[in-house]
Amino acid sequence: MGQITLQGVRKSFGPVNIIKDANLDIENGSFVVFVGPSGCGKTTLLRLIAGLEDVTGGQILIDGRNVVDVPPAKRGLSMVFQSYALYPHMSVRGNIAFGLKMAGLPRAEIDRKVEAAAATLNLTPYLDRKPRELSGGQRQRVAIGRAIVREPKAFLFDEPLSNLDAALRVQMRMEVTKLQKQLATTAVYVTHDQVEAMTMADKIVVLNAGGIEQYGSPLELYERPANLFVAGFIGSPRMNFVSGEAAARHGAVTIGIRPEHLKIGQEAEGWPGTVSVAEHLGSDTFLYVDAGKLGMLTCRYVGELDLKAGDRVSLSPDPARLHRFDKEGMAMRA
Amino acid sequence: MARKVSPRRIWVSTGAAWFFGFLIFLPILWMFLTSFKTELEAFAMPPTFLFFHWTTENYATVQSRSDYFHHALNSFIIAGGSTLVAMLIAVPAAWSMAFAPTRRTKDVLLWMLSTKMMPPVGVLVPIYLIYRDLGILDTRAGLIVILCLGNLPIVIWMLFTYFKEIPKDILEAARMDGATIGRELVYVLTPMAVPGLASTMLLNFILAWNEAFWTLNLSTIDAAPLTVFIASYSSPEGLFWAKLSAASTLAIAPIIVLGWFSQRQLVRGLTFGAVK
Repeated sequence: MGQITLQGVRKSFGPVNIIKDANLDIENGSFVVFVGPSGCGKTTLLRLIAGLEDVTGGQILIDGRNVVDVPPAKRGLSMVFQSYALYPHMSVRGNIAFGLKMAGLPRAEIDRKVEAAAATLNLTPYLDRKPRELSGGQRQRVAIGRAIVREPKAFLFDEPLSNLDAALRVQMRMEVTKLQKQLATTAVYVTHDQVEAMTMADKIVVLNAGGIEQYGSPLELYERPANLFVAGFIGSPRMNFVSGEAAARHGAVTIGIRPEHLKIGQEAEGWPGTVSVAEHLGSDTFLYVDAGKLGMLTCRYVGELDLKAGDRVSLSPDPARLHRFDKEGMAMRA
Repeated sequence: MARKVSPRRIWVSTGAAWFFGFLIFLPILWMFLTSFKTELEAFAMPPTFLFFHWTTENYATVQSRSDYFHHALNSFIIAGGSTLVAMLIAVPAAWSMAFAPTRRTKDVLLWMLSTKMMPPVGVLVPIYLIYRDLGILDTRAGLIVILCLGNLPIVIWMLFTYFKEIPKDILEAARMDGATIGRELVYVLTPMAVPGLASTMLLNFILAWNEAFWTLNLSTIDAAPLTVFIASYSSPEGLFWAKLSAASTLAIAPIIVLGWFSQRQLVRGLTFGAVK
């Protein structure tokens, strides 16, 4: 079991409020990603759950029990750090076994569990090596091995893939997701990379300036962003925002259109503009269009489109996929 | 691209390195050779290098006139004792400053270092009087205390730098793994800090062994270490070069042996963290 509930959790460092009143319900077995720009408090929130930081106020419940006064090791959680944080003087075996050794398990059982974890993560040939003799990906696997061997109620990941190169990151992303599904253990994962968030999460928590902006499935966030911040943060390239007269026509202060929902035409209707940069990726074409008063608009076209810088185009938003926001920046639902 | 170095430059550089190495080593070599000469030959002009009448007479005289082993034992006890006491104080001090710093930690560190900037002679008279009144003049305990206090700032600074190098994440990982503070110290922190601890201890031992100002001024016979033993050969009646050399050779021998065996540790410890 691994149900984590945050009730009015607050954290301040001196006069600075890092986390303001966080309320969250993380279901058992789900993969929840905290995402947000740097400094938004996502790592702090994770460390509060881990017990590495003390809350200023509020409650953290794990399986219904308030754990704010429980030391990290007794919370039944395990954590994977961004820097891997392996014990450099211990072998891979020693690293994975350390938590079990601290828990006072018998030798034979430790060996059995370590061997099993190593087999799951393809680490068996490296069990007697020291961390410095391993590659980045292997070290990351050891860090994950150290986390799974303890059979925790939940895994906490603190930007675990950000030190890996791009290709390895994609591969590890799949491995982590697969492993989490296979173990059916709750996972809380912190990242600043929204692609990681969209691809891995069952549910995403978008954080900004210490507050939770929205909590929902990746597609919910994409289809129905609660406010301007979430709308701009989720989706790549980011959503176009247009305000003024064009927005007023839709009864909103600001309207948002995702680049993939802008139709490109050359007829007179729609917003006229000039292509300032065209990026041809083969599978997609990205256009950065100078639309005069409306500002720069980004457009995505699936497939190849024979346009180049300087070409005149006209853009028309798909009315069904248009997002409307009021003057507070909150989404307006029809 | 690797830099190209002509063979000629390699020869010249190697030659120069050997030359300067020899230059630095020369006084020790000369002292060693002189210790096997007679007093007369020690003065000879032009000096003799290798072809003289080798004799071990000086060593015999030195041992019989002033008990070498007595002084050597004192040196060991004082250097070892002050190192141990300094470590007992410095490890927790450096630990708390590295892992639980406060707003004032930087100031405390600087203040400690500033005490090393004061010339010791400035406090010689008060310290002497205090030692006299406490009755600890010419005692090993007294010397251990003063040498320990003198080296403490450097020891704490060195340990602080080593502890700082240990990533906080690793200690947090240990906490997540269920290690108590005690177990964290035993299983994680200490093994990681061993090179740093070893080189700090070694350096402190060498500093204490070589310390001459306080040992000469605060001890006479009972607690006198090797520094006093050497100094006793420069007397008002004149210098006995051969015997002085024999005494000095005996005095530095233990520390040279120690340094020889631990040079790798020492270099590693002193450059620890300089290269990731």
